[in-house]
Amino acid sequence: MTETFISWGMDPNWAWGVATVAGILLIALPLMLAVAMIIYADRKIWAAIALRRGPNVVGPFGLLQSFADGLKVFLQETIIPTGANRGLFLIAPIITFTVALMAWAVIPFNSGAVLADINVGLLYILAISSLGVYGVILSGWASNSKYPFFSAMRASAQMISYEVSIGFILIGVVLFADSFNMNEIVKAQQGHGLGIVNAFGFNLLLFPLAVMFLISSLAETARAPFDLTEAESELVAGYQTEYSSMAFALFWLGEYANVLLMCTLNAVLFWGGWLPPLNVDLIPWFDIPGWVWLFGKILFFFFIFSWVKATVPRYRYDQLMRLGWKIFLPISLLWIFLISGWLMLTRYS
Amino acid sequence: MIQYIAFWLFASMVIASATMVILARNPVHSVMWLILAFFNAAGLMLLAGAEFIAMLLVIVYVGAVAVLFLFVVMMLNIDFAELRAGFVRYLPLGALVAIILAVELIVAGAAWSAGKVDLAARAAPAVTDRSNIQQIGELLYTRYIFLFEAAGIVLLVAMIGAIVLTHRQRGGVRTQNISLQNQRRPQDATRLVDPGVGQGMEL
Repeated sequence: MTETFISWGMDPNWAWGVATVAGILLIALPLMLAVAMIIYADRKIWAAIALRRGPNVVGPFGLLQSFADGLKVFLQETIIPTGANRGLFLIAPIITFTVALMAWAVIPFNSGAVLADINVGLLYILAISSLGVYGVILSGWASNSKYPFFSAMRASAQMISYEVSIGFILIGVVLFADSFNMNEIVKAQQGHGLGIVNAFGFNLLLFPLAVMFLISSLAETARAPFDLTEAESELVAGYQTEYSSMAFALFWLGEYANVLLMCTLNAVLFWGGWLPPLNVDLIPWFDIPGWVWLFGKILFFFFIFSWVKATVPRYRYDQLMRLGWKIFLPISLLWIFLISGWLMLTRYS
Repeated sequence: MIQYIAFWLFASMVIASATMVILARNPVHSVMWLILAFFNAAGLMLLAGAEFIAMLLVIVYVGAVAVLFLFVVMMLNIDFAELRAGFVRYLPLGALVAIILAVELIVAGAAWSAGKVDLAARAAPAVTDRSNIQQIGELLYTRYIFLFEAAGIVLLVAMIGAIVLTHRQRGGVRTQNISLQNQRRPQDATRLVDPGVGQGMEL
């Protein structure tokens, strides 16, 4: 994009700055729109599985429901509890929301179409997603209330536990792709399976990792069946109990932006990102723009997220911890051994 | 130009937030300032061209260590008045530590400006166009493999020690037995009965 601005006769330094700001807006604004629509889709899918109608009043097919909810929340009064720690109480939702947007900087939407093409892209995503826990802990503590605090404790333990196994799973992908750069990881998947399929997920060694990553991403975003942080029968509404108005809306938006990010990571890391699924030009696959493929894959994974939310009952907390530490962690460690051994045999010998 | 602005921004933010860590009255605020300091330190690492170290700093210190601090500080509910009561008593010791640190800093600075120690024996990554992840990996797993593994063993011993110290057997604790729960089948737990009217049933 910088070149376009330079060709319009702009100073290169200014062109870079303007292009970066334009890129940020180009990602953040459609993302917010996507979050609004994905909340609607989530409610519709959930309703369809429960044999209900779901939102169908505001706008055609209820499409504008999320905007009506947003407007309602926007017009509400922001209530800050007297015992709350004012500054941190207000900073917490801002952290959650900002962090949810920051990680999108390194997501490749098409070949080379990425805001920050840094060579530690995957580590950047790990670093940013490890910040997400602060919004939750701070909101729970700053509310100065029992249930939000319990919820914050649960959430942080849960997020840290699953970050460990996610880290090990990602090492498997990095070993195969030989790079931390997101764009390179997608490119490494082209013609991965015998030159036919464009995805790591079809590799027999990597498929178990793909499944584990999908489950871990459910846990990392605290979606059902791992939504113990919001278990309404035990914790009222979890860490956001004391929040109202825009502060609550920021949590809400951040949560769904994180869900979308995790769907995108599933698509990019294991299922070929912006590449078409097959490397064979049966129909002109490669003429379809890359972002169409990526968005299709994101929507597919989001459907899985909603489907799981609608059908799977909530885990018990000890089961959640057991799954993270006693099952995913040893298996992903074992898989690192297997993958590096396989690569030493086939690639580096 | 922009790199100088960035450097002074990050550097002054590190010092300012490090000062706030010890000045903040609320320990939770202290930890938050510490996180800000870590962040800006990561920014300085980026400026030095060590993007791998910068990301690890954020992942390890901000993502794990500071969360642990925050946990402890939030749950302990520290009484500040009591902490401050000992200020005068510990002042001489604190001042001594501060003086030693200052002297060491001055000596190090003087030695550094006086001339170089011959560092030809050390192994530095060759300046190439490869990413510093690959360069660090190459050095770490070849030349420094012994130190690397020794560090791993030290960490393992520390971990086992911490587990042994905190793990205790308590009586009367009922834990979940997952394999028993998984083995349970509907026919073991439920029973279909069809009692006659007015007869009731035994449970």
